[in-house]
Formats: sequence, structure tokens, C-alpha cells
Amino acid sequence: MTSNRLYGPLDDVSADAGYAADHPARVGFFTDTSVCIGCKACEVACKEWNGLPEPDLLALTGMSYDNTGALGSQSWRHVAFVEQAAPPASALSRDQDGDLIISASDDGDLGATRWLMASDVCKHCTHAGCLDVCPTGALVRTEFGTVIVQPDVCNGCAYCVSACPFGVIDRREGDGRAWKCTMCYDRLRGGLEPACAKACPTDSIQFGALDELRVTAQARLGELHAAGVSEARLYGADPDDGIGGAGAFFLLLDSPEVYGLPPDPVVTTKDLPSMWRWAGIAAGVVAAGVAVAFAGRADAS
Amino acid sequence: MTEQLAVPPADFASYYGRPILKVTRWREPHLPAYLFLGELSGAAAVLGVAASARRRPGLVKAGRLVAAAAAQAGAAFLTAELGRPERFLNMLRVAKPTSPMSMGSWILVSHSGLTAAAAASSVTGRAAVIGGAAAAASAVTGPLLAAYPGVLLANTAVPAWHTSHRELPMLFAGGALTAAAAAGLVAGALSGDPADLGPVQRLALIGAAVEGTAEFALERRTDVAAEPYQQGQSAMMLRGARLTTMLGAAVALGARRSRIAAITSASLLAGGGLLAKYAVLRAGVASAKDPKYVVQTQRDPMN
Repeated sequence: MTSNRLYGPLDDVSADAGYAADHPARVGFFTDTSVCIGCKACEVACKEWNGLPEPDLLALTGMSYDNTGALGSQSWRHVAFVEQAAPPASALSRDQDGDLIISASDDGDLGATRWLMASDVCKHCTHAGCLDVCPTGALVRTEFGTVIVQPDVCNGCAYCVSACPFGVIDRREGDGRAWKCTMCYDRLRGGLEPACAKACPTDSIQFGALDELRVTAQARLGELHAAGVSEARLYGADPDDGIGGAGAFFLLLDSPEVYGLPPDPVVTTKDLPSMWRWAGIAAGVVAAGVAVAFAGRADAS
Repeated sequence: MTEQLAVPPADFASYYGRPILKVTRWREPHLPAYLFLGELSGAAAVLGVAASARRRPGLVKAGRLVAAAAAQAGAAFLTAELGRPERFLNMLRVAKPTSPMSMGSWILVSHSGLTAAAAASSVTGRAAVIGGAAAAASAVTGPLLAAYPGVLLANTAVPAWHTSHRELPMLFAGGALTAAAAAGLVAGALSGDPADLGPVQRLALIGAAVEGTAEFALERRTDVAAEPYQQGQSAMMLRGARLTTMLGAAVALGARRSRIAAITSASLLAGGGLLAKYAVLRAGVASAKDPKYVVQTQRDPMN
């Protein structure tokens, strides 16, 4: 069991973190981006419930309807807007080499624009890099299997910021501490669902027991594939992936990197034993280097 | 504001060219200074013990004083970099093997305590046995303090750091040796005793060989995540660091003939080591800013 402490599937993250057997079931989010309408109600509900401060500068990114830009210390839900040229099937053909040719209509129109919208959030990883590297114990696993920062403990070392493979957690300047999605830990303790899932009008954000959400997601994926949406795929749903599966996973309609997600993230701590071995050798070089330098005759070099 | 969004090349997709990772909050000069002072303190402590075995009292004292001062100064830089410096002691509320920073904090606190005791004994001439025991123990914590930041940086999602878990500890080990050699060269120049300078000259050569080899290894890698060590500002700094260190080692050969050569060599060795730390920080920043490094490294780990 302890062999999967750093990497690999882990059946019960809360038990692994020391909770008694009667802890609640692990909960999570299934964000089905195929029904996201980009309303940003999740962003607003999150900010309202958690009392998140405004950004220092209210600015437009100028790239799309996305003016939040990225997850950060003050944005714990972030709706990505991807605009893609999506020519109608009639405009697509193949040449003799089998390469795809897109023919524009007479007026040069390539057809419709496809909009991909996706509400991103902290993944609450099974193997969470932020939690692994936190030197103060401010980051902890909750009884629900989620990962939270204890603001009264965090000393703002910012190690978690560089350890997160998704670029989620960040230090809030001026405040000096690291902040990220808590999956509304206070609401969970009160038996409520997180604010974003509550506010989502299309059920793109579904909250529930992780086991059940994985089953729901597989069914939805089958539905989409049967309907001919072959590009649909699950992201973060596999317990055998590099982070042991995410507590918050997604159904995407394109490659993860198109949404600003890493294609195949691996928890940094996976390689920790090997890293310490190399550091041990280096420490030996320091000791041996000095010893050799002082071993020879004192007055010759 | 005429900033243009980067147009991603055809071989990888991204979200408007925006970074996937957060850029590190660790900054200049705090992180490079901490890395440099930590390795200086670590190797200087070992130097003090080795000099004691060879009965070189001048170098013993220099080693102990430098080790203690550098550890305190390094800890000050580390604390100043915290978002909540007044909570530094929260580092000591747990001991966490999965966190290199937790391990490093314990190493730093032990090492700074031991070196302070050894230096105090050396300066006051009292409690020589306790001072000697503390110094001996600091010869164990010292090499760990010098090498652990290699794990600290490698155990992140930053592509240029994570993929360098072999090179970084060795770079810091080499930097520790050249930094301690620099301290020894200054001490030897001040005492003017050639018997002090012989060992530290050899130390400069050994350190420069280790440091230069690690830098060369970073420059020779062919994977995409090593690109920041080979292109752009961080690469120029790394190459500059290597040349400065090599020059410092060469000038060290003249240290017994000329006090100026000894001081010049010490400055070059220390400067090269410090510059290498800046290069490593900037390479990490560059690799976190461009989503290319994340996407291509994960799509094709063997690239």
C-alpha cells in the first residue's frame, strides 16, 4: 500500500492521509465541457461565496471573451473560450495523397466558428504536488479527499506555486499566502454542494462522489461517441495517469493543451527518490573534493 | 501596449500561447543569493574541519567564520523571500520527507546552529571541545546544505528544473567547492602563508572542474526542456558563469606569488558561482513561461 504513496493509483486518499475508516466518500467535480455555455456563473458564484478579492487591474485580454485569463489566487474557477474555424463537412475533401483540403466557398467564407468553452478548476489530484512539497503542513488532504490550504499556517514560501503541474495555485501578492480552490470545504462540511456546481445552469459542472462521477462520465462519453462526436475524451479520469487521477476531471472536445491544460501531467514527487540519490552523490563530491584538496602536500599544488 | 500574442508553431497547440504553469514567485536576488550562500557555508564548514586535520589554524578560523556568517545571511535571504516572513518558524512545525524545502529547512537550521557554535568557540577561544564537535558535525550538514537545493528545484513542475535532477546537484556541489576555495584564497592572501594557499588552490581547480562539467552537461543536452540553458539570456549567463569560473581557477595558480592574483581569483570564482545561480533561475522562468516546454516534454518525453 505504501508503495503508491508517491505515484500510482490510490484507492482511498483520505485513509492514506490518516483519516479513520468512517470518513466520508471522496468527492469531486465532473466538468462536462460539451454542455458549457460560457456564462461564467461558476466564476461569479465562486468569487461571491469565497469572498475573493477583485484583481488589481480590471483589464480585457483582447483575445476572446475570456478576460479572467487563468486560474490564480483570486480566480478559483476560470472559463476558457477557444474559437476554432470549423468548416462544414461539405468544404472538406482529400487530395490524392490523402491530405486534408479545406475549400472556401465562393465568398471566401470557411464556414462556422466552433466555440469550445470549459470551466477549469483545481484538480484536487490523488498525488498532489502542492501538498507533497508544502514545508509547513499548510496544505492538507481533507476528509473528503480534497486538497486545501490552511491560511493560518501558510508562510508564503511559494514552493507549491512551482510544484503544481497545472499552474493552479498561486501566491496572492499583498497578502503573501498561497490560495486555491477549496472545493467549498465549508459548504461540504455543511452538507451543501460547492457554489460553482450549484450555480451552473447546464449541469456542465457536476458535483458528487468521485466513483459515481466516473461512471456518469463514461456513460456521457459513450453517448457522445455514439452521436459521432469522436473527438470527445475524458481528462483526469484515469487513476493510472501521472497524478493518480484527478478529483476534478473533465470531458473535453479537443486536446488538453488547446484549453491550456498540460497533456500528460506527472506529479513531480514521482522522481523524488532518484533526485535524492543524485543529491547524495553531489554531497559526497563536496566532502571528497575538500578532502582531496587537503590530502596533498601543503605547500604544493 | 502593442503586445502581440505569440503565434504557436504548427507542431504544438496551446491556449492563445499563454503559459500552462505559473511562473515561480522566487525572485532575484533572493534565490540566487540563498543558493550561493548555502553552498558557500556548506563547503566552508568542511574546509574548516579539513584544515583542522592538517593543523592550519588560520584556515580553520576562516572556514568556521565564513560558514557561520554565510549560513546566517543565507537564512536571512530565504526568510525575506517568504510571503509571510514572520512565519518562518512554521517551517519547523513538521518534518516532511516529500518536501525538499522541509528537509532543507531542517538542514539549514541544524547547520547554522552548528556553525555558529563552532565560530563562537573559535573567536572566543572557549569551549574548544564543544566547538570542535560542532564543527565536525557541520562537516556532515554542510555537504547536504550545498547539494539539497538541486532537489528543491528539480522537484517542481518547471521543465528546465525538473529534467535537470542529475545536473543541478552537481552544479551546486561544484559551486560549493569554488565558493569555499574563494574564501580560502582570501584567507590565505591575508595570512600570506603559502602552506594555507596550496590546498585551496587545489580546491579551486577541483571545484571548477566539477562546476564546469555540470554546466557543460546542461549546455550539451538535446531535449527540448534544456533549451533555456542553450538559448537566450539564461544561456548567455550560464556560459558567462563557466568562463568566469574557469578564469578564476586559472588565476588561482598564481595565488602564492601574488596577493592580487589570490583576491582576483577569489572574486572570479565567487562571481562565476553566483552568476550560475542567476542563470538557473532564469532558465526555470523561461521554461515555465512558454507552454511549448510543457507540451512537447509531455507529448514526447524522449524528444
